[in-house]
Amino acid sequence: MNSTESLPVYDSSKRGIAALEELREIFKYRNLLFQMVRRDVVTRYKRSILGIAWTMLNPLMTTLILAVVFSQVFGAEEQYAVYVLSGLMPWTFFSQTTSASIVGLLWGGSLIHRIFMPRTVFAVSAIGTGMVNFLLSLVPLFVLILITGVHLTWSVFLTPIAILFLAMFSLGVGLFLSSVAIRFADIADMYQIILTAWFYLSPIIFKEEFIPEQFTWIVKLNPMYYLINFFRAFIYDGRFPSMEEYLVTGGIASISLLFGWIFFSRRADEFAYRI
Amino acid sequence: MNQSGAPAAVPVPEMPVAEKLILPDGRSDAISFENVGVCYRTPNERIVTFKEYAIRWLQGRVRHREVWALHDVHLLIKRGETFGFIGRNGAGKSTLLKLIARVLRPTTGRVIVRGKIAPLLEFGAGFHPELTGRENVYLNGAMLGFSRREMDEKFDRIVDFAELWDFIDSPIRTYSSGMTARLGFAVATDIQPDILLVDEVLSVGDEAFQRKSAARMHEFRDGGATVLMVSHNMAVIQDMCHRVAWLDHGALMAAGSPSEIIQAYRDSQ
Repeated sequence: MNSTESLPVYDSSKRGIAALEELREIFKYRNLLFQMVRRDVVTRYKRSILGIAWTMLNPLMTTLILAVVFSQVFGAEEQYAVYVLSGLMPWTFFSQTTSASIVGLLWGGSLIHRIFMPRTVFAVSAIGTGMVNFLLSLVPLFVLILITGVHLTWSVFLTPIAILFLAMFSLGVGLFLSSVAIRFADIADMYQIILTAWFYLSPIIFKEEFIPEQFTWIVKLNPMYYLINFFRAFIYDGRFPSMEEYLVTGGIASISLLFGWIFFSRRADEFAYRI
Repeated sequence: MNQSGAPAAVPVPEMPVAEKLILPDGRSDAISFENVGVCYRTPNERIVTFKEYAIRWLQGRVRHREVWALHDVHLLIKRGETFGFIGRNGAGKSTLLKLIARVLRPTTGRVIVRGKIAPLLEFGAGFHPELTGRENVYLNGAMLGFSRREMDEKFDRIVDFAELWDFIDSPIRTYSSGMTARLGFAVATDIQPDILLVDEVLSVGDEAFQRKSAARMHEFRDGGATVLMVSHNMAVIQDMCHRVAWLDHGALMAAGSPSEIIQAYRDSQ
């Protein structure tokens, strides 16, 4: 036996702040994070002929359909396709990662009541997988930008800030939803319906100027409104956001992440007998 | 009858547990339970959907009751002991293992575990059918908390033990259940753990594999690992364990030598 090494000692009475302990554990288990992202990316493409190209074609096709249909409605210009795709990308990231957080925790339920692992690993790895898909869909975005002649400025190099805020917001929502979905079986299905409605309430296909003024306050209740516009500013608008936009968007992202992380880690100990 | 907290002296064949296994830190106990209880709140009626919950909540009809899955458990398990838990379904045996695996936290009292724990899963839990054996070994190892470098180091030994070199780059979905079980067992038991948790899982695979896995368990036991097992198979418990605890309705009824405790448990039924 390993008599010289010091043994790890677990003492259940030494309990720190749940949210911070979870943070420490997820760092310790970073190899698991990597392996789970790898698993999700690899298995998604393994049995399809087009493989990784799907991630790029999928948003492109959706964009073309939406652009053809709605450019008639809004009588929009050529660059409307870029407008749609630059809204669709953050939306897809959000809806995919939050749904994957729910599915991941439900799947992991059979594991986490047997072996210890940080329970946030499912939501965090969902963000990792979403990030890979997001980076891949940047390719069709820039192709579309070249074709339609959208004028890029230096602001495009600050896009990672928008992606970071988006990831923080999505992680917070994903953590919150998955910890509720593990308790109630119908949350996952309800969320899919909500997502459909949420899609049409977000500025993805419509432009703000089409909204009658008395309704704009409703649009502005939607956090995705700020996150999508923020991302779009760097790419489609080609401008640097104002300080106010940074503060509002960053604030929404931070509050979501903090709330989701704390909410989740305070309930995480119950999961083992809920499942 | 209730002798919790006062483990009886154990006649241990051929192995002076106490002498051999006191480590430089001067302690001989691997696991201690002090006044441990696990309680959870559960709705009176089983409410599965949020819709139902919301309706009942509006009607003010959501009532919770407290269920004590374990209460007042005092227990010391020595280093190198093979310790069995017996009792009816729902007696709290698995809850006890979950506390040691730190999957659950006690509501009252204190659990202390000294040493690295290896939980034996239902073999193959966590495997992905589309990934190859090799990829699954790395994924499974990560779930058990090993780094990539540690897995690189372990990989050859794992495949050697599982005898799966010919199939290691084929997807798991092409494996038989016996092959999957072999690979899972090999990952979980590659190096000698300080504490091994075995919850009713040793009956998988073909006969040759069962012999091989039993041999590895004996090797761990003789090498000084603390082994905790839950089983309904009294022959296995009698054969493997130094001491046994009997649980009933979340309470520790008795702990002592296997034959004594198994007899007491049988008499109670």
